[in-house]
Amino acid sequence: MKTRLLFLGVLLSASAIFSGCASTDLARVKPWERATLASYPMRPDRDPLHTMMNEHTFFSRETAAGGRGVGGSGCGCN
Amino acid sequence: MSPTNILLRGAAFALTLAAFARAEMKVGDLFPTLGPAGVANLAGGELPVTAGKVVLVDFWASWCTPCKASFPMMAKLHADYAARGLVIAAVSVDEKSAAAKAFAKKLAPPFPALHDAQQKLVQQVVVPAMPTSYLLGPDGRVRFIHQGYHGEATERELRQQIEALLSPKLLSSFP
Repeated sequence: MKTRLLFLGVLLSASAIFSGCASTDLARVKPWERATLASYPMRPDRDPLHTMMNEHTFFSRETAAGGRGVGGSGCGCN
Repeated sequence: MSPTNILLRGAAFALTLAAFARAEMKVGDLFPTLGPAGVANLAGGELPVTAGKVVLVDFWASWCTPCKASFPMMAKLHADYAARGLVIAAVSVDEKSAAAKAFAKKLAPPFPALHDAQQKLVQQVVVPAMPTSYLLGPDGRVRFIHQGYHGEATERELRQQIEALLSPKLLSSFP
């Protein structure tokens, strides 16, 4: 009986743990909850001066510019 | 029945329920009725009558750029198919009612703009992306699902599918 109870305990614990691990939405913001992520302050280029300084540093270090054509914010639309 | 057996059966039942709770709406599923799900008309009027109709339920949000881009296309669909029985229900999932109202006022869609203020319907449906639209047959079941808005490609597909649903003879040609 003890062995069966131990087995049951292990089985239930494993189910609880692995059902959580298998879940893909454990820490994911749902598509309909992304209003804050999509807001303007979340944009990486929200401050033009900061962007210009970053670009200047990047150009000075890498002798390369541009290639940052990814648009949009954090809503993950499409 | 032994206590161990009861516990095992209970665990299996709970896991099954958990799996169903996370399930996305699929083709063939019965779409929830808008009213009981807490959806309201942004303009304050009645909800559109969907029973026995071909319905395009579109989930949108004021912060979603592709949603905004899809509205003129849906206005064209409304102009072309409303007289033949297509009902478009555009459901906002905005948490802020004012944002949804401002969006609807600015775009002034000719079809009903609705609001899922408590986000009950969207949680039932488990929308996989924004925007997502569900094309329902007259029986209220999901016949086609569109994730995202891809311009002319989306419009072309929607037109073919709407034509098929409005002309049941053509429906058998779809997979």
